[in-house]
Amino acid sequence: MTRRKLWVLVAQVAVFIIVFGGWQLFTSLKIVDPFFFGQPSGVVSKLADWAKHGTGFGSIWLQVWTTMEEAILGFLIGVAGGVVLGVLLGQVRFLSDVLSPYIKAVNALPRIVLGSIFLIFLGLGAPSKIVLAAFLVFFVVFFNAFQGVREVDANLVNNVRILGASRLQVVRNVVIPSALTWIIASLHVAFGFAVIGAIVGEFLGAQHGLGVIIADAQNNFDADGIFAGMVIIGVIALVAEWLISLLERRLLAWRPQAVTEAAGL
Amino acid sequence: MRSNTSPDHRIELSAVTKRFGTPGGTAFTALRDVTMIVEPGRFCAVVGPSGCGKSTTLTLVAGLDRPSEGSVRVGGRPVDGIARGTSFMFQTDALLPWKTVLGNVAMGPLFHGVPKKTALTDAREWLRLVGLAGFENHHPHQLSGGMRKRVSLAAALINEPSVLLMDEPFGALDVQTKAIMSNELLTLWDQTQPSVIFVTHDLEEAIALADQVVVMTAAPGTVKAVFDIDLPRPRGAVQEIRFGKRFGELHQRIWESLRDEVERAYARTAASVPVAAPEEVLS
Repeated sequence: MTRRKLWVLVAQVAVFIIVFGGWQLFTSLKIVDPFFFGQPSGVVSKLADWAKHGTGFGSIWLQVWTTMEEAILGFLIGVAGGVVLGVLLGQVRFLSDVLSPYIKAVNALPRIVLGSIFLIFLGLGAPSKIVLAAFLVFFVVFFNAFQGVREVDANLVNNVRILGASRLQVVRNVVIPSALTWIIASLHVAFGFAVIGAIVGEFLGAQHGLGVIIADAQNNFDADGIFAGMVIIGVIALVAEWLISLLERRLLAWRPQAVTEAAGL
Repeated sequence: MRSNTSPDHRIELSAVTKRFGTPGGTAFTALRDVTMIVEPGRFCAVVGPSGCGKSTTLTLVAGLDRPSEGSVRVGGRPVDGIARGTSFMFQTDALLPWKTVLGNVAMGPLFHGVPKKTALTDAREWLRLVGLAGFENHHPHQLSGGMRKRVSLAAALINEPSVLLMDEPFGALDVQTKAIMSNELLTLWDQTQPSVIFVTHDLEEAIALADQVVVMTAAPGTVKAVFDIDLPRPRGAVQEIRFGKRFGELHQRIWESLRDEVERAYARTAASVPVAAPEEVLS
């Protein structure tokens, strides 16, 4: 480890200690009321309690799994839809001209509100959450895929066309790999939206899930419970981010190593 | 190897005019009444001031675009789209950065339905011919500019084109690399004998490589003069033949024809500035 890396690590630990230590200290000294603002030690014991005794809605693992299942399914459906439609509209000018005002209009809506509609359509179970998550993910991925397709270097397209590529071969060999940089960049944001979709869906009405226990904690003025729910969501998001970065490195392996990365070693 | 007299290889532009619409709604004439013939297996270089429509000519022959008037024929048939026997080498890198060198070269045969195994064997053979054996699994960004040009050349030639179009292919290379690439191009062209249109702004390069040099006028581009280059083949190293007596005479004659056009183009861009450095306009 170089000196610089060591200092970064030291500073990171220091930030953690100042923020959470300060929080713990101020609430212990009753300068800040722990009833309203929670307390790190309270959050930890809440998590331990959930792990040991479960929540009011069943085991904590059931809640975590419910939310993850909704988020992951929503994510996959949204990404698939976004990529397919983005590439299609990016390629077929007529379609994009016809559909663009509608897409813009729907995109301008506060999409969270659609959660209520989906709840009425699909009931309290997982499908309404999955659809909401997919819907949120779709727009992020769609706009990136669309832009990525439009940004494809015309020179590359002409070159493979002259080499004999059919329209489909152009899409497969040039358009999609080229747009992939854009699409993958959007996945980082998109998974966040998938989790938001699942949690908000659960907030609006569900029987299981992290959104339900957070809403329950809110109703009981249980600040530690809300924070404990946030911690779990944070861990899920970090794991997902790590997985997406792995995927990114694999799919974009052809890209030259960034100069800054090499210099940082 | 195909015979260099096959009529399939003849390129014929007759009275070709090409106009583009500008954003302001007016029409810009890039080419006016261009008539030009490249006999089968001949190497034709096109020189002219920048913006004279040299590249436009190539896109018309390639079938990437259509003429506004007149006709473009390859092998006697009108060009109405991209045709199988035509290869194109672009000015800028057109290699796919996400494919390996081998993948890039094998694309042509694969697009034409050649079995994967055969295509890869052929691609390896072509990489060997352009001196890149051992670089099959590199990605383009790991190669130097000259090496990338070799990959492009292999990718263009693996399709066994009867017509090879080159748009200032070596323009971005340093002088030494350019000379080496020119020699290799001549060797490979000699083996495969496609008809070539080679666009360049470098008159020396044009004379060293070509059988005939076409001088185009400043925009709207049209053919001003055609010069036959009677230097014997094989010509040997392009670095050396330019010192020959005949080379000097040809250079003198063609430059006289080209100079007026270059000066005219320069005067247009520099408006009131007196013509001082016409060579600059060529680049």
